[in-house]
Amino acid sequence: MQGELLQGTLDLLILKTLALGPAHGHTIAHVIEHRSDAVLQVEHGSLYPALHRLEDRGWIASFWGTSENNRRARYYRLTPRGRQQLADQTSRWDEIVRAINRILRPAEE
Amino acid sequence: MGWTRFFRRRYWDDERARELDAYLQIETDDNVARGMPPAEARAAAQRRLGNATRVREEIYEMNTLTWLEQRYHDLRYGARVLARNPTFAAVAILTLALGTGANTAMFQVMNAVWLRPLPVERPEQLVSVELVPHKGGRSGSRTGRYSVLSVPEWEQIRTRQHVFSSAAVWGTAFFNIARGGPMQLVEGIWASGAFFDTVGVQAWRGRLLTPADDRRGCGSPGVVLSYAFWQRQFGGEPVIGRPMSLDGHPVEILGITPPAFTGIEVGRSFDVAAPLCAVPLLEGPPDPYTTSTLWFLDAIGRLAPGMSVQQASARLGALSPAIYHATLPATYDAEDRQGYLALTLTAVPAGTGVSTLRDAYQTPVWILLGITGLVLLIACANLANLMLARATTRVREISVRLAIGASRRRIVEQLVAESLLVAVLGTAAGLLVARWSSAALVALIARGGTALSLDVAFDARVFGFAIGIAVLACLIFGLTPALRATAVDPGTAMKVGARGTTEAAGRFTLRSSLVVVQVALSLVLVVGALLFARTARNLATQPMGFQPRHVLVAALDLTPANVPADPSAMFHERLLSRIRALPGVEAAAEVSVLPIDGSGWNDRVVVDGREAQTLPMFNAITPGYFDVMQTPIAIGRDFQRADAIGPLAAIVNETFARRYLGSGDPLGRTFDVVTPVGTPRPRYTIVGVVKDSKYSSLRQPLLPIAYLDMDQRPADDSSPHLMVRSGLALPAITGEITRTMAKANPEISLRYRTMESVIDAGLSRERLMAILSGVFGGLAALIAMLGLYGVMSYAVARRRVEIGIRMALGAEAASVLRMVLRQAGALLAAGLLIGGVLAIAAARTAASLLYGIQPWDPLTLGASMAGLAIVGALATWLPARRASHVDPTVALRQD
Repeated sequence: MQGELLQGTLDLLILKTLALGPAHGHTIAHVIEHRSDAVLQVEHGSLYPALHRLEDRGWIASFWGTSENNRRARYYRLTPRGRQQLADQTSRWDEIVRAINRILRPAEE
Repeated sequence: MGWTRFFRRRYWDDERARELDAYLQIETDDNVARGMPPAEARAAAQRRLGNATRVREEIYEMNTLTWLEQRYHDLRYGARVLARNPTFAAVAILTLALGTGANTAMFQVMNAVWLRPLPVERPEQLVSVELVPHKGGRSGSRTGRYSVLSVPEWEQIRTRQHVFSSAAVWGTAFFNIARGGPMQLVEGIWASGAFFDTVGVQAWRGRLLTPADDRRGCGSPGVVLSYAFWQRQFGGEPVIGRPMSLDGHPVEILGITPPAFTGIEVGRSFDVAAPLCAVPLLEGPPDPYTTSTLWFLDAIGRLAPGMSVQQASARLGALSPAIYHATLPATYDAEDRQGYLALTLTAVPAGTGVSTLRDAYQTPVWILLGITGLVLLIACANLANLMLARATTRVREISVRLAIGASRRRIVEQLVAESLLVAVLGTAAGLLVARWSSAALVALIARGGTALSLDVAFDARVFGFAIGIAVLACLIFGLTPALRATAVDPGTAMKVGARGTTEAAGRFTLRSSLVVVQVALSLVLVVGALLFARTARNLATQPMGFQPRHVLVAALDLTPANVPADPSAMFHERLLSRIRALPGVEAAAEVSVLPIDGSGWNDRVVVDGREAQTLPMFNAITPGYFDVMQTPIAIGRDFQRADAIGPLAAIVNETFARRYLGSGDPLGRTFDVVTPVGTPRPRYTIVGVVKDSKYSSLRQPLLPIAYLDMDQRPADDSSPHLMVRSGLALPAITGEITRTMAKANPEISLRYRTMESVIDAGLSRERLMAILSGVFGGLAALIAMLGLYGVMSYAVARRRVEIGIRMALGAEAASVLRMVLRQAGALLAAGLLIGGVLAIAAARTAASLLYGIQPWDPLTLGASMAGLAIVGALATWLPARRASHVDPTVALRQD
């Protein structure tokens, strides 16, 4: 399946990725792709606007740092509000997945 | 958060650009590490990222208020487009400035006269007491501009009413503040004690009148000055407690009203307010407190809490019979009683003050607002045409933009933004025009001696009106062309622009019909202008029955002079003979009712034992009056000195003789004047008949007039007018008269006018209409002709190739000329035809303002049409000539 992200799930994945520690945009995209076994392809065209939106809401913060191979890069980290948001959104996500599963596989309930 | 981002959006854009750049480098590094050649690695990274600019745009839009940002861009774009076409911009802004300026100025006057609330506490609670319109007049004397109530009637209202939390009466008057010599008249009001308290005004300095100041029989009264008068007369010096002279009586200045308060009458600012109780002292007999037939007051009340105007009206109506029964004048006969007892009082809102201007100028202001509205409409039609023409030249640009994916909505928004810019700039310039022209308008209304103080300052309502018409104008001239311009199929549009074929018929029809509308509307205005000009001319040049040129009028105030009643006849005669003896004086006389000054005097008469059905007008004159006025005596003679001691004599005009005396010799016939019950009726013998002349206004038909001999009447008129006919220059003759008067009695006060200025003042409304409708008519015609010229030039330019082909095939220059003229002629004819119908309909609504001319006057209509047709032909001539000079070889080779 070519991974088209569901609306709103990119935000959740970014927050989850940053929960592991600060990262720059390139790393975030890579981490999401690797951890999903390359099922989810991050559109870079939507990654940066999403980062901007999250920062605007105060869930993540950014700073300029140096990358692994000595390049200047903009790093993002999770703020306390972002951590709270991650928790809320994760449980909300679980609820939705359960709900969808109840519909898709009624026999297994 | 959004706001701080908005202001830092450029910073963030830079930040993101750097971030995306960093991404590219990291990705490139990765690709190189994977073994790609550097150039390919960079390209692959860019492919991976996609459209970096689009990403930045998306983020930028997040940071900004897109709507605002787009409007800003549209306006900037519009400004650039306008700056590149300065001629177009100037024409558009100027036409719109004239259109909106004229409308705003008219609205300013309307606002000042009708809409602006009085600067007092809770003005919405104020009501004025008026009479329900009634048939027949009340016999007695009405003075001042708002003569609704007499003092006895007011006292009845005050004791009986439970309608108002407080109520007061006031009346208008002129006070002479000079002691002898030239009169210095100021605008005065009589105010009952509670007046200022009821109206809701606090003192600015000192104190205002209270009920304690207004006790019947008060001796030397205290008075209140307006702020403006205090500044003008006393230069703002402390005056509280100081004396001043009012009609020759010393009075004390008690206080000054605030600067904003100029009285409750709109259009007239009061200078001095005197308490009602001072009327007997200042005006002399008869005593208004005991006379029920002196109406000079108007009541103003503040509604009790919870009382509506309708309720107040109903209560006053219910009280009216009792009030009028209690004050019924004893001297009335049965007929007068019936009319008097039927009077009914009512309440009308007075939060915006009261004004005689409202009746006099209601129709003119509405008509002028209609006229300026039409001018604006014509200007908008013209602008729409210009916009359409410009949109046509931009058709390729618009098609390209539509073709590469711009939404129609965005392009319309952009085109409208340009119009909006024109509208805003035009209206801003229009406000300047309005500022200047509203002042000129007030000066025009006031010309000829009418005292007028109108505050036409801008306020929220005026700005609201200006913004409203700007938006409306913008929608009319901006939106239609914009919708038109974008309703194109890009493919055909580009083809049309590419090669000079004739353009789509539809768009040209719209432009043509706009021209037809312009021509039609301007015909309406031109016809109106001619009608009003001819009205003013008819009024000014009609036979008036006298020769106003070289007649000087001096208003005399004899009250403080204490001229003894009995020898007054001798006094007048001595005075007149001295003035007649002055060098350069051809004739001199006194008259009680000055013609064309608006005032009048009528009485009931009995001829041959039967009372006449209509009331003739009266006047009192001294011998020589007809010489001064140069009114010919048809039969009989003028009054003589000997009449003063002889039987009562009268001179009547021809209309009087015809209407009341029938055929036969009028000389020696008699008539009686109806007097109060119980008094003898004086019988007058007619000694002469004069030619008819105008009485109190130029618009009135010739009325029956009876002239009585002033010398035969006890001095009941203490303010007659001295009339002097002299060819001398004004200052010379007035100087002589003033000196002669001062020698006779230094207490006599004088005020000079020329008879021509009196007539001029009577024509102020007509002059206003004639001048303004003329200006606007000319303006409208000019704009319409510019529109016609524009459309024809454009049509010729578009048809160059076609005309070139025709000429190459052998058409002659003359036939091309005819072809273009025929096209323009069709537009003109359609416009004039529609305009003719509209003009007649419009003129009928203004019929009440016309004089001596019918709304459908064929000469006026024909002349206007011919005039516009000639100017229209001239406007077409240039483009037509250009068409006939098209060189086929050049025309066919272009593009």
